[in-house]
Amino acid sequence: MKKLDIHLRLLLAETQANYSRVIDNDQLENWPEFFEERCLYRITTAENFREGLSFSLVYADSKGMLQDRVAALRDANIYEQQSYRHVLGTACILDVQGDTFRSETSFMVARVMRTGDTTLFATGRYIDAYRLVSDKLLLTERVVVCDSNTIDTLLALPL
Amino acid sequence: MNETVGVIDPPSHWPSGKISGVPYWVFQREDVYAREQKQLFRGNCWNFLCLDSEITTIGDYVATHVGDTPVLVIRGRDGEIYAFENRCAHRGALLALKNRGQMKDITCVYHGWSYSFEGDLVGIAFKDGINGKGGMPQDFCMNGHGPKKLRVTTLHGLVFGSFSNDVPDIEEYLGKKVVPYVGRIMGKKTPVILGRFSQTLPNNWKHYIENTKDSYHASILHLFFNTFEINRMSQRGEIIVNDWGGAHVSISGTSGNGDVKAAYKTEQLRADSNFGLKDPSMLKGMDEFGDGINIQVLSLFPGFALSQIQNVIHLRQILPRGPESMQLNWTILGFDEDTPEQRLMRMRQGNMVGAAGFVSMEDGCIGGFVQRGTAGSSDVDSLIEMGGREADSSESRVTESAIRGFWKAYRREMAL
Repeated sequence: MKKLDIHLRLLLAETQANYSRVIDNDQLENWPEFFEERCLYRITTAENFREGLSFSLVYADSKGMLQDRVAALRDANIYEQQSYRHVLGTACILDVQGDTFRSETSFMVARVMRTGDTTLFATGRYIDAYRLVSDKLLLTERVVVCDSNTIDTLLALPL
Repeated sequence: MNETVGVIDPPSHWPSGKISGVPYWVFQREDVYAREQKQLFRGNCWNFLCLDSEITTIGDYVATHVGDTPVLVIRGRDGEIYAFENRCAHRGALLALKNRGQMKDITCVYHGWSYSFEGDLVGIAFKDGINGKGGMPQDFCMNGHGPKKLRVTTLHGLVFGSFSNDVPDIEEYLGKKVVPYVGRIMGKKTPVILGRFSQTLPNNWKHYIENTKDSYHASILHLFFNTFEINRMSQRGEIIVNDWGGAHVSISGTSGNGDVKAAYKTEQLRADSNFGLKDPSMLKGMDEFGDGINIQVLSLFPGFALSQIQNVIHLRQILPRGPESMQLNWTILGFDEDTPEQRLMRMRQGNMVGAAGFVSMEDGCIGGFVQRGTAGSSDVDSLIEMGGREADSSESRVTESAIRGFWKAYRREMAL
C-alpha cells in the first residue's frame, strides 16, 4: 500500500493546483520554481510512451532549460494569443521512499484563443516524482503523457 | 491519362505559366482539392509511406494515407513490400484498423473476405453457398477484384508508393543533383525511430508545403534559429531545385562571417536581438555527417520532407484534409550507432522541432494566419518574386525559388 500522510497529501494537492494556476494565470515566470535545479520535464504522447520511444515534444533536464522556454515564449516565439485552463484529478500515489514519492495525476487542458474558440486541447496524465524540501514539494520529474498523438496547431504554453 | 480532368468553374484565372504568384482560390476550393486527389496523390507522383525498418517481419504492416486514400503497406511472404488501398473489395470497409501491427492474414472484419499480402482477393466466406443455396454468382471471379495496388519503391530505407505506372523511378523523380542529399542523411548509418508525432493544422496543405521550401523566412520568423547562429541568411549555403520543380534541397553550413549582425541591423529585422539562453547545453551539437552542413531541408513532390536541423533528423509527411485543414506527421530519427551522449544531444535539440519547437512552432500557426488572411481574396495573387521569377537553383538562400519550383510542378501535374 502506497501511503502518504495526510499533511503531505494536502501539500501535494496544493502544489499541483498552484502549478496549474501559474500557467493558467499567465505567470509563466513562476513555472520553473516548481522544479529542482536538476530535474526532468518532458511532454510526450501515450503511443510513444507505451512503445518506449523517448523523443519528446518538450524536453528539459535543468531548471535553466525551463527558464529558457519561458523566455522564448515571451520574447522569441510567435503564436496567437491564448490561455489554458487546467483541470486536474486526484493524484494516485505510486511509490513512497523517504522524502520522495511518485504519483500519477489526470489532467484536462482547455485552450482559449484570442478569437474566443475554446477547445479541449489536451488530456493526459502527469507522471511525477517529488521531493520534500523544507516545507515545499518540488518536482524532480514530471513526464506529461498526452493521450492523443495529435496536437492542434501548436503547443506553446507548457502543460 | 486520356480522360478529361474536368473544368474548374470561374473565378479561376491564373495567367498561363505564372509561378511567381498564386491566386488564393487555389488554396480554398473544393473542386481544386478534388482534382489534386486525382491528379497528384493518385497520379504520377511518389508518396511517402513508411520506413522499411518499420515492417521487417513478414506480416508487419503500417496503415497510412496517400492524400485521402487509406493505404496498407505490408511485408509480403517473399520479403518484398506491398502496398494497396486499405479497403475491402466487397463493400468498402477498412481492412487494417490500427496504425501498425502484425497480421497473420488479411481478413475483413465485416464479412470475412480475405486477401493475400500482395493485396489479391483470395477468399470469400460462403462463396459457394450452403447446401447448394446462396453464394456468389457462377460467373464471379475473384481475380481482378481487389483493392488498387500501388507501385512501391525504397530509397535508403524510405518507402514510397504511387498509383501510377508511368511515374519515373524515384532517383529520376528527385533528380541527380538532389538525390545525393537523401543518402547524405540516410545512407551511412542505420536509422532508428525516436518518436512519432502529429499535428492538425488549420490551413490548406500547400501553405505548409510552401513553408518547407522557404529558406527566406527561416531566420526572420524563427528568431531562435538566427540568434544562436544555427542559421543566418549570410551563412554559406545554396538551394538546388530540380528541373521540373518537384524536388528541392536547401543546405546551409557554419561559417565565420563577421558581417552577419550588420546585415540584419540594416534590415531592422526582428532577427537581431540579444536573446540569451540560461542553459545553452540544449544547442550542443556535432558535425554528424562530416561536411559542415548543419541544416538541410529536402522536399519531394507533393508532400514529403527529409530534414536535418543540426542533429535533429526528421521526416515530415503532409496529408491534405479538405481545403482548409491538413495533418502533419513527424517521424524523428536517430541512428543505431549513436552513443548515449549523442542520443541525449538529439533529445535536447528536439526542443527546436515539432509542435512545441522553438523553431517549428511558428510553422504550425503561420499557415492558419495565411488561410485566414486570404479569406475573401480568392482572386488576389500572392507575390513570390524573391530571388527572381523562375525556379532556378541559387547560391543564395534569399530566394523563393524552391517555392516557384513547387508551383511549376503543381501546374504541370494538375494541368492547371
